[in-house]
Amino acid sequence: MGETLHITLFTLGVALAGTLLVAPPAIALAWALSRSAWRGKSVVETLVALPLVVPPVATGLVLLKIFGRRGWLGGFLEDTLGLEIVFTWRAVLIATAVMSFPLFVRAARVAFEEVDPRHNEAARTLGAGPLDAFFTVTLPLASRGIVAGAVLAFARALGEFGATVMIAGIIPGETVTLALGIYHHVQLGEDDEAAALLGVSAALAFAALWLSERLVRKPA
Amino acid sequence: MSTPSTTSAEPIVAQLRVARPDFSLDIALTFPGRGVTALFGQSGSGKTTFLRVLAGLEPAASGFLSVNGVVWLDSARGIRLPAHRRALGCVFQDAALFPHLSVRQNLDYGRRRRPTNGGGARGSALDVGGLCELLGIGHLLERRPQTLSGGERQRAAIARALLASPRLLLLDEPLAALDNARKAEILPYLERLRDTLEIPVVYVSHSHAEVARLADYLVLLAGGRVAAAGPLAETLARLDLPSGFFDGAGVVLSGEVVASDVQYGLSTVAFRGGVLRVARVQPDVLGCKLRLRVNAADVSIALRPPEGTSIVNILPARIVAEAPDGCGHVLLSLDLGSGTLLTARVTRYSCDRLSLAPGLSIWAQVKAVAVAT
Repeated sequence: MGETLHITLFTLGVALAGTLLVAPPAIALAWALSRSAWRGKSVVETLVALPLVVPPVATGLVLLKIFGRRGWLGGFLEDTLGLEIVFTWRAVLIATAVMSFPLFVRAARVAFEEVDPRHNEAARTLGAGPLDAFFTVTLPLASRGIVAGAVLAFARALGEFGATVMIAGIIPGETVTLALGIYHHVQLGEDDEAAALLGVSAALAFAALWLSERLVRKPA
Repeated sequence: MSTPSTTSAEPIVAQLRVARPDFSLDIALTFPGRGVTALFGQSGSGKTTFLRVLAGLEPAASGFLSVNGVVWLDSARGIRLPAHRRALGCVFQDAALFPHLSVRQNLDYGRRRRPTNGGGARGSALDVGGLCELLGIGHLLERRPQTLSGGERQRAAIARALLASPRLLLLDEPLAALDNARKAEILPYLERLRDTLEIPVVYVSHSHAEVARLADYLVLLAGGRVAAAGPLAETLARLDLPSGFFDGAGVVLSGEVVASDVQYGLSTVAFRGGVLRVARVQPDVLGCKLRLRVNAADVSIALRPPEGTSIVNILPARIVAEAPDGCGHVLLSLDLGSGTLLTARVTRYSCDRLSLAPGLSIWAQVKAVAVAT
């Protein structure tokens, strides 16, 4: 029971932190993608969607190459800041954040596209500069869809497995999330423990999806 | 009728171009820095694009624009004031108010960002209270825009635009999304604004009635170009307007009620150049100013003062111009004296039979007069 609770809290914490971490860049990128055509837009669009279709294990491998001790970013972080990434909770955070980023961007982009651009123009004609108009009109009007996107990203983060297992491994008490825990227990033939984690995951996923749907459906 | 009097206002000078693959706008226009200028034209004529260029919402626009002596755009000198630095108010056709804010918060949005002391609207005090009273929205301040009627929403949007202390008010078909009852509800407010504020208003419309009632100056657009521009009465009386602009030719006369006859239900309206008797106007107050529309098709010509006719309004006039209208008709411009012009549409047959030609003195029989509402 203690282990299940610990894993559940760890998973929730990592998913929450990952979602908050990706929120600012995801919102900024979603807004940029919702605007009319600009150079290189379609390339960026495709790159952002890539983690949705590439096998998560492959994404994990790429992350391992980047953040590993001999990776260009991992080596730098360890040399200058003494930060270990791979096979720590930080790796779990990075993997979940990267994997939920595309979902967040997609949902937020739809939310921005649904905001009538005339509201932004009206704000401009009332003396609001571009940033002012964004934060006081466009963002509040898109907020419902953005929150729905955040919940979706959070739900995705809760269940992340493939990329996480590559970069964080299965280290009990350090990197084990609900998804990794289920796999780990089944590997060891501990079906009851796996079932407990399965129940928790299912309940959390259900709650998150239900909330996300509700947010999208109900008009502001 | 609208005479925001003495102070001289600098004209608005616009030489603007927008080139898009499917549409090009090329406008060279100077119009008064006071009163209501109506932009009239069919959809696709460039009315809304022109308004967006004035507002600074069209990044592709180039040329020159000065309002109230301030240069807003001068491509040659690399000047381009962004939309939020232009002291203007804008009211769009619909989607006017921010749905996530209350009416009061909507009104505050522009007011907070543009302090009134910036030399914006002259003359009248544009405080929230006075404006709410003028527009009849004082009781709506705590409501959400979604709970307002279309007319209330447009009035609140006009108040919001005015509270941003504009030097130019742009109205893009503010009544187009409303039914006739709602239109009739807003028009008096617009008239009051026009007569109270000394801010030039550019009013985009495709409604003849609104133009006849509100405009002081008329700009006709076609295919992204100015087809005609000038003071309302003068421009409407022109015979060389491209056909198809209005349902038919006609003029607008500004006058005031000088007598009323309750028994016969008639009001007498005097204008420069004569009087017309019309079906009793509401409110039937002596001295009440109003505009009359006379369609050319409702004006016929007699060489001698007609006798034994049921037509009430018969005015002496002189033919000053003639132009063909289709193959079977002729448009005649009639001077009623003092330069007030009336347009008559007669058949080519009658024109030739009566030898109607410029210079001839005749009698104009006006079959119907509409009060512009």
